[in-house]
Amino acid sequence: MTEILLAVGILTALGLLSGLILAIASAVMAVPRNEKAERLRDVLPGANCGACGYSGCEAYAEAMAEGTAKVGLCTPGGADVADKTSELLGLDSSDYQVMTAFVRCGGCEDYTTRKLEYIGINSCAAANQFYGGNWACGYGCLGYGDCAAACEYGAITIENGLARVDASLCRGCTKCVSACPKSLIVMAPGSARGVVRCSSHDKGGIVRKACKVGCIGCMKCVKVCEHDAIHVENYLAKIDFDKCVGCGACADNCPVGCITIFGHETKQKELVYKKVD
Amino acid sequence: MNNAGLFAILIGGLLVNNFVLSQFLGICPFLGVSKKLNSAVGMSIAVIFVMVMSTAATWPIYTLLLIPADLGYLQTIVFILIIAALVQLVEIALRRYVPPLYKSLGIYLPLITTNCAVLGVTILNIDSGYGFVQSIVNAFGAGLGFMLAMVMFAGVRERLESAEIPQGLKGLPITLVAASLVSVSFLGFQGLFGL
Repeated sequence: MTEILLAVGILTALGLLSGLILAIASAVMAVPRNEKAERLRDVLPGANCGACGYSGCEAYAEAMAEGTAKVGLCTPGGADVADKTSELLGLDSSDYQVMTAFVRCGGCEDYTTRKLEYIGINSCAAANQFYGGNWACGYGCLGYGDCAAACEYGAITIENGLARVDASLCRGCTKCVSACPKSLIVMAPGSARGVVRCSSHDKGGIVRKACKVGCIGCMKCVKVCEHDAIHVENYLAKIDFDKCVGCGACADNCPVGCITIFGHETKQKELVYKKVD
Repeated sequence: MNNAGLFAILIGGLLVNNFVLSQFLGICPFLGVSKKLNSAVGMSIAVIFVMVMSTAATWPIYTLLLIPADLGYLQTIVFILIIAALVQLVEIALRRYVPPLYKSLGIYLPLITTNCAVLGVTILNIDSGYGFVQSIVNAFGAGLGFMLAMVMFAGVRERLESAEIPQGLKGLPITLVAASLVSVSFLGFQGLFGL
């Protein structure tokens, strides 16, 4: 009997002792919680998607609180979360940028021609495998909607054989960017004033034959731009988002109307549309 | 065995009686944490630390408390209790004083609690009749052996990542095959030092 009691007693004593030590240790060595990080984490969506580049919302919140991470990296949260987090951190709203997807192609069915009739699996990836798809332009949108299928927010629609992004719905998750086999979709910062709706690196003559709204690399936009914000590289114009002020001079002078300046109605574009119609 | 030199004990734990590859203890972290060299090293350091600490704690308790009370049969449960409490203590201390290590160890530190290699080394120390210093050295050697196995296998696995593996063998199957081959290579140490 005493043997059993002794065994139980020793085990209980050891258990109590280690419990006591642990209790004291956890009280003495308690980790001071970072309140700022906690409030930041509450604002974050809590999806732990990792789009910010950190292992989860918690890690991102901590990094922001320490000042090692930038605000606005949370793509699912978008502008809302960026605003709230920057407010919590006492930052200016210009410290972050919300990215929006943009399709660098304007060649819908009206403007481009078919080089073949693709009949097969209804996806861009499959069509692209077959001689680069239907269209005469090897760079253009295939229009089978791989990007639209990848978009979780319904921001992309296919109209007339061309993918279009509804900027108000886009959350900047970049899923469409990787879904597009032609790498047509780019992320433009919310502050971008305009983009070139073409990604063809073909020479002007080839582009002309393939598509009526393709960039021919004529350099007119480069010449009229007063802010050094647009450059032609490999027969394709590209807008420097940092320098562009959105004056619309390039769009007005573009002979094919492939430059879109947001909120700017180009006379030239109407002309092209009329020509086509 | 009782009179084996400390160096022989160390080499014995490291190579001859390698815990993972010869005694097949601690296979769970061996397969779970060996994907990347960094985490493998971190986990091994934690294991070495816990092994030495728990040996230092359990040996006196067994020799000075359980044996005089004739309660040797309580060995297993008492050791588990001590190791669990010790790991918790280490976790709390790491979280407070070395947060980066705490973060990099993550879930594996609490998992060491139930790591049979740690319980194994404490019980084997008693069974081999080692003294206190010998036990500590053996625990350290066993921990180093664990580290050696982990680091070697992390290297193997990093090579496996880029290797062309038949579809059916991808993932865990080929890892187990590789583990058994690494283990076979350690057969070569059998009989060294007469251990």
